[in-house]
Amino acid sequence: MNSFLLDGAEIPFEPGQTVIQAALAAGHYIPHLCYHPEFVPHGSCKLCTVRADGRPTAACTLPAQAGLKVESETEELNDLRRTLVQMLFAEGNHFCPSCEKSGNCVLQALGYDLGVMTAGFRHFFLDRPVDASHPDILLDFNRCVLCKLCVRASEEVDGKGVFSLAGRGIQRRLIVSAESGRLADTDIAVTDKAVEVCPVGVILRKRVGFRVPIGRRRFDARPISAQALEDAPRKPEHKHE
Amino acid sequence: MSEGRIRIATASLAGCFGCHMSFLDIDERLFDLLAKVEFDRTPLTDIKHCGPCDIGLIEGGVCNAENVEVLRAFRRNCKILVALGACAVTGGLPAQRNHLDIGACLQEVYLTEPGLINGQIPNDPELPLPLDMVHPIHEVVKVDYFIPGCPPSADAIWKVLTDLIAGRTPRLGHGLIQYD
Repeated sequence: MNSFLLDGAEIPFEPGQTVIQAALAAGHYIPHLCYHPEFVPHGSCKLCTVRADGRPTAACTLPAQAGLKVESETEELNDLRRTLVQMLFAEGNHFCPSCEKSGNCVLQALGYDLGVMTAGFRHFFLDRPVDASHPDILLDFNRCVLCKLCVRASEEVDGKGVFSLAGRGIQRRLIVSAESGRLADTDIAVTDKAVEVCPVGVILRKRVGFRVPIGRRRFDARPISAQALEDAPRKPEHKHE
Repeated sequence: MSEGRIRIATASLAGCFGCHMSFLDIDERLFDLLAKVEFDRTPLTDIKHCGPCDIGLIEGGVCNAENVEVLRAFRRNCKILVALGACAVTGGLPAQRNHLDIGACLQEVYLTEPGLINGQIPNDPELPLPLDMVHPIHEVVKVDYFIPGCPPSADAIWKVLTDLIAGRTPRLGHGLIQYD
């Protein structure tokens, strides 16, 4: 089987696999946010940036190649990842103490695991309204990290196209594909993949808030670096202990 | 660290004293701590002004002119300054007013809120002037270490204090770094 080197470890891969797919399948974690094993890579968050033969590249879009030398767990790359997490916190309103997603949030869990201790940047404190129009689903735009997972899930899995990203650069934002712009005027259902897949606290199911107490949630039990390996699709012989 | 006992000062700026409560949650470990440290200015001693100290713990962000003064006095006097909790680290709950205009806030709360009779915006010279925005403390002074959390757990505070007292760089691992 073909293989490449990740931080000195030999990683086997199958043709067509990306570096992150092969790494996770072999039990090696590379930090990531917009990458999701069930969806085509988007390559926008840059958390999974590695050095491949010395060049910085997103591991989620990089096809695995035999003999490639990949560096990921370096102080330089983890410093850059911490900065990216700080920038995501700065450009939204991520107020963890009042967020239902706390403990289940991928952005927060990345901050914990990478050891992000400070705000780093002056926060934008944007005025973003929430959309509570839907009877079963709350939409809180304050926490969006533009990972596009809900857009991808609604199109590819639910076949509905409820969400889109509009605008460019700093103006980029999540919008609802309805003339009114309101979630109530779409055919989204609480059972949709788009609802489940949000890694942060934007798309929330109503009336289940805090059913699982803070302290007993997904990333309370184990850090995201361990949880991501648990979640990664892999062959039984690669099962991570 | 200075000869003899290590001196610690603490203050709550735009905070709720929740971080101080969490600090007291170190429970019987307070006895171990008191064997090694002496408290300077803190709500626990009721000393009003901070003298020369080894460690300063600041809870809360900076929301008014008095906060700026207290924070600068801590920075002048403390060899190591620690931001304690979400509000000191990011601005926290009080900073949730930052997207609103302070003038409009005061108007609504003191003048136009339904049910108010003869309302007026407080203007006593003894009241510190509010700032237009609430700032995390590192935007005003240099901060050496940060303990996030609302509040940080007693174990996190204990870990940082014991690391500092032992002369180590504080490190919080899984379960001790929390933002909520």
